[in-house]
Amino acid sequence: MRDVNQALAAEFGLSADEYQRVLDIMGRTPSFTELGVFSVMWSEHCSYKSSRVWLKTLPTKALWVIHGPGENAGVVDIGDGLAAIFKMESHNHPSFIEPYQGAATGVGGILRDVFTMGARPIANLNALRFGDPKLPRTKRIVDGVVRGIGGYGNCVGVPTVGGEINFHPSYNGNPLVNAMTVGVADKDKIFLSAAAGIGNPVVYVGSKTGRDGIHGATMASTEFDADSESKRPTVQVGDPFTEKLLIEACLELMATDAIVAIQDMGAAGLTSSSVEMAGKGGVGIELNLDHVPQREPGMTAYEMMLSESQERMLMVLRPDREDVARAIFDKWDLDFAVIGHITDTGRIVVKHNGVIEADIALDPLAEQAPLYHRPTTETPKQPELGPVADPIGILPALHKLIGCPDLCSRAWVYDQYDSTVGGQTVKRPGGADAAVVRIDGLKRAIALTTDVTPRYVFADPEMGGKQAVAEAWRNLTAVGALPLAITDNMNFGNPTKPEIMGQFAASIRGMAEACVALDFPVVSGNVSLYNETEGRGILPTPAIGGLGVLEDAAQAVGLAVHAGQSLVLIGGISGHLGQSLWLREIAGREEGPPPPVDLAAERRTGDFVRAQILAGNIRACHDVSDGGLLVAIAEMIMPDRTGVALVDPPAGIAPHAWWFGEDQGCYVLAVHHPEALQAAATQAGIPSRLLGATGGVDLTLADGATISVEALCQEHARFFPEWMD
Amino acid sequence: MRAAIVVFPGINRERDMAIALERATGRPPRMVWHKETSLDGIDLVVIPGGFSFGDYLRCGAMAARSPIMPAIHAHAARGGHVLGVCNGFQILTEAGLLPGALLRNAGLRFLSMDCHLRVERADTDYTAQYQPREIFRAPLAHGDGNYFAESETLDRLEGEGLVAFRYATPKGEINAHANRNGSARNIAGIYSPNLRVLGLMPHPEDLVDPLMGGIDGKPLFDGITAAFAA
Repeated sequence: MRDVNQALAAEFGLSADEYQRVLDIMGRTPSFTELGVFSVMWSEHCSYKSSRVWLKTLPTKALWVIHGPGENAGVVDIGDGLAAIFKMESHNHPSFIEPYQGAATGVGGILRDVFTMGARPIANLNALRFGDPKLPRTKRIVDGVVRGIGGYGNCVGVPTVGGEINFHPSYNGNPLVNAMTVGVADKDKIFLSAAAGIGNPVVYVGSKTGRDGIHGATMASTEFDADSESKRPTVQVGDPFTEKLLIEACLELMATDAIVAIQDMGAAGLTSSSVEMAGKGGVGIELNLDHVPQREPGMTAYEMMLSESQERMLMVLRPDREDVARAIFDKWDLDFAVIGHITDTGRIVVKHNGVIEADIALDPLAEQAPLYHRPTTETPKQPELGPVADPIGILPALHKLIGCPDLCSRAWVYDQYDSTVGGQTVKRPGGADAAVVRIDGLKRAIALTTDVTPRYVFADPEMGGKQAVAEAWRNLTAVGALPLAITDNMNFGNPTKPEIMGQFAASIRGMAEACVALDFPVVSGNVSLYNETEGRGILPTPAIGGLGVLEDAAQAVGLAVHAGQSLVLIGGISGHLGQSLWLREIAGREEGPPPPVDLAAERRTGDFVRAQILAGNIRACHDVSDGGLLVAIAEMIMPDRTGVALVDPPAGIAPHAWWFGEDQGCYVLAVHHPEALQAAATQAGIPSRLLGATGGVDLTLADGATISVEALCQEHARFFPEWMD
Repeated sequence: MRAAIVVFPGINRERDMAIALERATGRPPRMVWHKETSLDGIDLVVIPGGFSFGDYLRCGAMAARSPIMPAIHAHAARGGHVLGVCNGFQILTEAGLLPGALLRNAGLRFLSMDCHLRVERADTDYTAQYQPREIFRAPLAHGDGNYFAESETLDRLEGEGLVAFRYATPKGEINAHANRNGSARNIAGIYSPNLRVLGLMPHPEDLVDPLMGGIDGKPLFDGITAAFAA
């Protein structure tokens, strides 16, 4: 074992100031294990030391919020005595180093955050960003990540029902893998992590502890360099079978009254779970590592405390229920070991082979954790775009856009994810703007989506943050759901750079404004910083996971139109081409400000659309987003291969700006009675416009230009299979 | 009909199956843990889908050696009905209750999508509520659904009318395009010689409610229920 000094502390990721603070708290030189505990608890990943000052400004409350940020996941009341428990979390760094296991264990980790609170997981989603598709490495990462998400989610039997994928060269060395899980529990049976009861047993269940993932949390808190491949041993290996058993065993135990507190062992493993449980409960904890189930002999206290072996949980039990609990874990053939007890000392004491390896006061470990108000600089505003000529015409542009990597069909991806297990998936991937999953045995359903448009955030972080929240709200609205709350996954570059911290702060500002205006609070989240490789940062990516509720699943609408319907635009289009995919893919420019979000109009329009859906007037609905209006229409006609005849754009607006501008707050609705819908819109003070009528097998513009829907479908489906297989 | 669902560790479609059976029979099936040893009083034994024992060994190989298996063998030997879906089908082949094996999908990727099946015969207890050669839809969700058997076995299955379902196009053509996992002769499901043991890869239990996209799978469960009511 090496000497503990400032050099070792630096290797563990602690700055000189932070190490001095450790010395002050301990009043002596810490042991090797103690230094390990400090370094992971004070890592960016566990302490949120750079982001906390900003996160605190997000709105987190509403009448329906049961638990906001601070627990393992957010909890909202969804009616019928039930709560939805959900969170999104990143596994970016491991997924770059080892894509399959990195993504798989990302899914496993977020599942545990949710079922540890007493919920049966009923849906998974994922928000993925990859580098330039032309790079061979991107292909390898996409393949591994998709296999990893499927390999884990399919095996545990939780349907993967939605998500998103973008490509951009800024993610070449830092792909983003953000996984979201949603579970449902009785709202009066939520399990929390605050330990209580002096003398109560501390119980370890699940997989054995190995040497995998040691210092994973620290790795996730630094930039990558050319040597990052050598960090592969810090990536954990997932075992979805054990996770499945753990879900069933924990839920079975949760039906009894045995559990006082429970927490999964995620980042920083046994260290963070024991420290957080005891800290939240205001008690102490004593662990005897001799009793920890171990995968291999000879592990040190340091290794056991920092291991990030997967599929493990820590519980505090009522002492008189230990036998009940043990019997349940025996049934499921899972390890069950009493490894310590709760004390009144306010300290964590770790013993191993009769030696005290760590003895740290919990309060200063938490309260004196570093907190940085890092310098920020504002992102300069993008100059207005000005007029842009149309170089190729409307339908050739549509054909090209519908096949580009950011807009092509994702079927190749979601066809590898089991989306139907559970038998409750009302809207599957590709079928609607949000996934819809019914609650077993009830009419009630939840709607789920993940959203962010990183190029907007890069161009204007505040507007981009606002847009991400608004789009999540819009996608939930577009299926008829009432949006309730969000989880956020803040993926950014190096926070010690003022321009990066400026992106972060401005994004939070925009998000907060949208959350307030839309009654859509943040209830959980995760921050991933240092997404930089050799000094190059990613596009700022505050991924939003949104959750809404439908009282009757049968009221949900999808996006597929059928023959004999009219398409009506709800909302106003000005033809905003700045930062649009048309501008990037057709004109070859990534310029201009992103489309502005008018939150008052957003709310008015969305509330109108939802009311129309719930009144049963709407046959299909799709919001206008990436690619603009014509891409939205194409996405509605392709599923059923139905043609559409479109009317002319309004005078005074260039046709390509009308069809491909990415104006916000707009929906395309399919109806049988367009006059009634438009009259209602007018009465509500909302702009509307008849777009055309469905039927036939071609998409036809008013000037007679035509493309067959079959040709669009073929181009839409082409990219992924050609690229990957 | 008294139905039981056998639950091996790692099975994950037992609730889907229970919903489908309860819709058909009006009462919840009995859930039987794999460490139990009796199936007394049960008419239909169902082995649902999932990843028994993680499928870390050959799919179904561990489950086929579980404590409940002698009771399933005895039930089948008595002429009892056994339905195995997906991992359940794999377990039945590993247990020797049905011939052949399920290999990795031809494309070496997990497949999750709707497929179409052709009903090869509509005169069994399972298919009496379908029409002969009817095409119906069912979700696929598997990594190892590529049915394989020696050509003599395939000839025998076909000769004795023991092929239950074949992968088809929506229009009913039996071709390579419809056969996503690469199964021999597009075989999606097979019977035992007495037509009482049925194994199939797709999931009719996930299509018994119009809200989930259709009720194409419902006739299978109504059919087997009616067979016991008769």
